Amino acid sequence: MGFLTLDGLTKRYGEAAAVSDVTLSVAKGEFISLLGPSGCGKTTTLQMIAGLVEPSAGRITLDGRDITHEKPDRRGLGIVFQSYALFPHMTVAQNVSFGLEMRKVARPERETRVKQALALVQLAALADRYPRQLSGGQRQRVAVARALVIDPPVLLLDEPLSNLDAKLREEMQFELRGIQQRVGATTIMVTHDQSEALSMSDRVVVMEQGRIMQVDAPYRLYESPATPFISSFVGKMNRLHGVWRNSGFESAGRVLPCDGADLTEGAAAVLAIRPEKITLTSPGAGVLDGRVTARFFLGSAWFFTIETDAGLIGVSLPNAGEEPAREGDPVGLDWSKSSAKAAKPEGAQPA
Amino acid sequence: MSSARAGTTPWLLAAPGALLFTALVVVPLVLTLVLSFHVYDTASGVKDETTLSHYAIILSDSYFLNIFWRTLRLAALTTLICAMIGAPEAYILSRMREPWRSIFLLAIIGPLLVSVVVRAFGWSMLLGPTGLVNEAFRALGLGTVKILYTETAIVIALVHVMLPFMVIPVWTSLQKLDPMVEAAAWTLGASRLTALGRVVLPQVTMGLLSGSLVVFGLSASAFAIPALLGGRRLKMAATLVYDEYMHELNWPLGAAIAILVLVINLVIMLAYQRVVEARARRTLG
Repeated sequence: MGFLTLDGLTKRYGEAAAVSDVTLSVAKGEFISLLGPSGCGKTTTLQMIAGLVEPSAGRITLDGRDITHEKPDRRGLGIVFQSYALFPHMTVAQNVSFGLEMRKVARPERETRVKQALALVQLAALADRYPRQLSGGQRQRVAVARALVIDPPVLLLDEPLSNLDAKLREEMQFELRGIQQRVGATTIMVTHDQSEALSMSDRVVVMEQGRIMQVDAPYRLYESPATPFISSFVGKMNRLHGVWRNSGFESAGRVLPCDGADLTEGAAAVLAIRPEKITLTSPGAGVLDGRVTARFFLGSAWFFTIETDAGLIGVSLPNAGEEPAREGDPVGLDWSKSSAKAAKPEGAQPA
Repeated sequence: MSSARAGTTPWLLAAPGALLFTALVVVPLVLTLVLSFHVYDTASGVKDETTLSHYAIILSDSYFLNIFWRTLRLAALTTLICAMIGAPEAYILSRMREPWRSIFLLAIIGPLLVSVVVRAFGWSMLLGPTGLVNEAFRALGLGTVKILYTETAIVIALVHVMLPFMVIPVWTSLQKLDPMVEAAAWTLGASRLTALGRVVLPQVTMGLLSGSLVVFGLSASAFAIPALLGGRRLKMAATLVYDEYMHELNWPLGAAIAILVLVINLVIMLAYQRVVEARARRTLG
């Protein structure tokens, strides 16, 4: 039995189900991400946990207590909203202090705890500012401090980093994770950004069309995605179409190395391989030949699109400090058998 | 050439509005001000000599001071009641879903399309000794209550007429509010009522302020409602000015009253705006 459990949680709006049958058990101190494209029901799930949306069916328990129909002000959860939802007419300190006031904490203790919370997010110096005088990153920290100061059993983060610019977002990812580990708060974060989910969470819950598709540790999710949708949503994935023949994947007359499972002889198959699992060789030396059609420099890596007989393939190479193949160059592609997986095409009926 | 044009263009663009304003507001106001200093003689009418005696008479006569006091009191009371009804009304309106929101918004604004005189007569029919309200009181065994031609009748009708001017600015400032801010207050442990008082209300101060200013200004200078529902004895500033002009024919005295009402109104509204706006600006920016 987890610390926070969702059991068959469902939300219907008329005929349409925004969330259907979500069952999840979260351990104490765990950092869970709900990952999915917009409209997949992840935010609705979070709002049901927060008590802002009434579930149509199912149960939510917190530490053994049924909170399915409890009012949001009785749940005591800490929430960081996407818009931060700071109180614009209160100073930073007053914002953070609000939750403690509602809990009737005496003034001296309140002041100490507000100071501690602001120190935790490195905003002690800005306690007397108003939200409009702060930058986006600072506002986000105020929202985190306001949610954490009440010592919530569970911290809910609704796309907490989506309003920040790219560089700040990366910094805040590590900082937020650091704060969470320091205070040991059980955390559920909603995000549509797969890199955020992978870098911050203990486990990632992938949702699509209101349903949970896979729950796994970030590394396992990346390496063995349960569905083609997840494989392309989490990271990049090359997909080559071919036929399963003689226990091997055949495309454009070539047999390509891969692991295959559950495939019938002579049936259509799809080979999936991540761009960074492929290396470039001289033509003829790899398993497949091709020609570079486009090349992008990403700083830490190069990304190539290569035209082959089996189709367009994306390849990602770490930047080794030298200039690699240019557009138009003929190259060979190589990969190990275990890094590619063959499966039935999407939408095919199970045999 | 072009720099000279750049200098004159704003003036040219502002000219039509400025002219209209001058012709319709400034000129009549200045004429009224000048008139208020003229000597009036019951036999020969307005004379060319100037005097301050009209102001002296008004400020020393308890009859006039009472009417001024009543005007301010009723206007303030109307503003207070409008704020107390209008702000919750605007909040409920902002929480409604379509199409109900549009329907109720129309119901709130709709009365503005009906003449104030017609609505005042409507109230006098309802509130009179044999009106619907008193019939209901009698049916309940409460006896007849004198409402028509009292201050109560004036305030009831003023509130009815002024309510849209309070609801609309408050509603507008509610529209600008992030609904999640209220939700944030709930999740931090605030009850619905506390969240409204501590989080929503402070953020609609500007709307309440502008609504109050409009309601107070219009109520303090209202004419039709006090004239029709206050009767001959219960006068307010505007009906007093009317009487001086049309019944006493003492135009300079009427002008002096009008100028005084304008000045008092202006002072009160500016002071009020200063206080509230300074507070709201400091926190809301």
